[in-house]
Amino acid sequence: MTSPTLDLSRKPILILDQVTMQFGGLVAVDDFTAEIRQGELVGLIGPNGAGKTTVFNLITGIYHPTKGKIVFDGIDITPLKPHQITHLGIARTFQNIRLFSDMTVLENVLVAQHHKFTNPDADRILKINGKSAKRVANFWFWRSVLKVGYLKFEKEMVSKAKELIEKLGLSKFMHEKASALPYGDQRKLEIARALATDPKLLLLDEPAAGMNPKETEDLMRFVERIREEFDLTIFLIEHDMKVVMGICERIIVMDYGRIIAEGTPKEIQNNPKVIEAYLGREWEGV
Amino acid sequence: MERKLPKKLNFVLTLLFILFVAFLLYLANEKLDEYVLRVVRLIAIYGVMAVSLNLINGITGIFSLGHAGFILVGAYTSALLTLSPEQKMMSFIIEPIVPWLANVHTDFLTATLAGGALSALFAFLIGWPILRLSGDYLAIASLGFAEVIRIFALNAISITNGPLGLKGIPEYSNIWWCYGWLFVTVIFVASLVNSSYGRALKAIREDRVAAEVMGINVFKHQLISFVVGAFFAGVSGALYAHWLTTIDPRVTTLGPMLTFYVLIMIVLGGLGSISGSLIGAALFAILFEWLRDLEEPFVLFGMRVPGIKGMRTLVISVIFILVMIFWQRGIMGREELTWNNIYRWLKRRGESG
Repeated sequence: MTSPTLDLSRKPILILDQVTMQFGGLVAVDDFTAEIRQGELVGLIGPNGAGKTTVFNLITGIYHPTKGKIVFDGIDITPLKPHQITHLGIARTFQNIRLFSDMTVLENVLVAQHHKFTNPDADRILKINGKSAKRVANFWFWRSVLKVGYLKFEKEMVSKAKELIEKLGLSKFMHEKASALPYGDQRKLEIARALATDPKLLLLDEPAAGMNPKETEDLMRFVERIREEFDLTIFLIEHDMKVVMGICERIIVMDYGRIIAEGTPKEIQNNPKVIEAYLGREWEGV
Repeated sequence: MERKLPKKLNFVLTLLFILFVAFLLYLANEKLDEYVLRVVRLIAIYGVMAVSLNLINGITGIFSLGHAGFILVGAYTSALLTLSPEQKMMSFIIEPIVPWLANVHTDFLTATLAGGALSALFAFLIGWPILRLSGDYLAIASLGFAEVIRIFALNAISITNGPLGLKGIPEYSNIWWCYGWLFVTVIFVASLVNSSYGRALKAIREDRVAAEVMGINVFKHQLISFVVGAFFAGVSGALYAHWLTTIDPRVTTLGPMLTFYVLIMIVLGGLGSISGSLIGAALFAILFEWLRDLEEPFVLFGMRVPGIKGMRTLVISVIFILVMIFWQRGIMGREELTWNNIYRWLKRRGESG
């Protein structure tokens, strides 16, 4: 296991700078400042309603912060839309699984590759089949309808998707509808779909929600494995303290929209503020 | 397990099927009387309408009620282009036609393409505001836009001849034009659906937020689907105008009623299924003609019942409601009638029986 110490030599990939999100009178995220470094596995924990998922929604552009700035890989992504942020290399899963339920497992993964072909400024990031992405993206609609110079890309997409599905151990469901999968495998498929977008940073929103201890244990090993295999930086939300303590190198604790503690699992475990947030203050127990 | 036929066999079967249908159409064209032939042609026109609305509603999940607006644009554009300058001069009796339209005269293909193109342009312009909405709001906004177009056609008398409509449109929509365009529509839409784009459109229907996070520019994709759907709606409008030979901006001909008819076709056939749309269109066209008898006086249990106008609409609605109760996903659901599916189905029956 990697030693749970903070390695300051790695460069930050995601910077949240004094990010605040207000919904009317409610401050869901308040002055949130944090850094995720290249290759790290960071946990975000906190009691219900602490604003964890809102932080993810802010990073992925579903909400735009009222105040503050979010920088990913040197680019200010604060004003960008979700699909543009995905182009840059952030992928996520959802707390309440959001698969394309009427589509097959293979199709679900294929959808996640579509954006590479439609992104006019993909040149910065990738090349498709040796050609610059820009040239492919220009006429991708007509190419795909008229099937001119399309089938070789389709073939490549399918083989990539199949490879990914096999790697994640879902190949027996290849042509099943996503909604027909067992719960745990649906979570895995969501991760597979996220990986198919070719992310640098993966955000996992309560990946172990609703799982029994055995399944949770498996999932955690799985997360560690894909992190190695795909060379990812992972930022994950988790409710279960034990889980986070097990695999995260660093933990950020939120309560009422604010960061109340940050540090290694050991430091967090003994932090009185964290204990207070989770168990309540002693003198409150009237 | 996925069972598939070899690609070559699939292609050959499809080719044979197309030739077979073409032969049937040829026979129909030679042998059937004019009245039945009119219904046969109407099936294809309804088919184009249904497939194009299905792309928007069933596959992309945009609940648009503005289809009649696009059909109207196609119908008027093409009719104004195929009518001869003399005819136009004669029929515009309230106000003379605007000079730039008076002397244009094109062949049917150009007129149809122009109808489709103008309709697509309308969709592009309308799409910007209304695709910002979703669900019921989008439905109401699109219905409103279709009505705006219709009211415009009613009042822009020097362009559309207002309430008098356009008469004496040449009956160009023969069986080959109708089925030719149906073929093009089905091939185009099916090819779109079975591509990387089609998957993205379906993903938007399944879960808009997840699609966005997968890097799909939801607005742009919806707009593409909307514009393509509107193009073929415009084409169907052109065919319809040259089938009807008289068009006017009444609610029942090119107004909201038509949208609801097309909606019935695609829901009946199965939202999201192209073959379902075709089945729905055929059923609707045949049923609607067949039920015409209900509006004639008839004898029931020895009693003479006078013809009631609008009776068939009522009966269609009842049938529609019954289908919705017992067969919620329509005849085809989201399945397609492909050789592979037929093969799989036969195999399964063979195994169990």
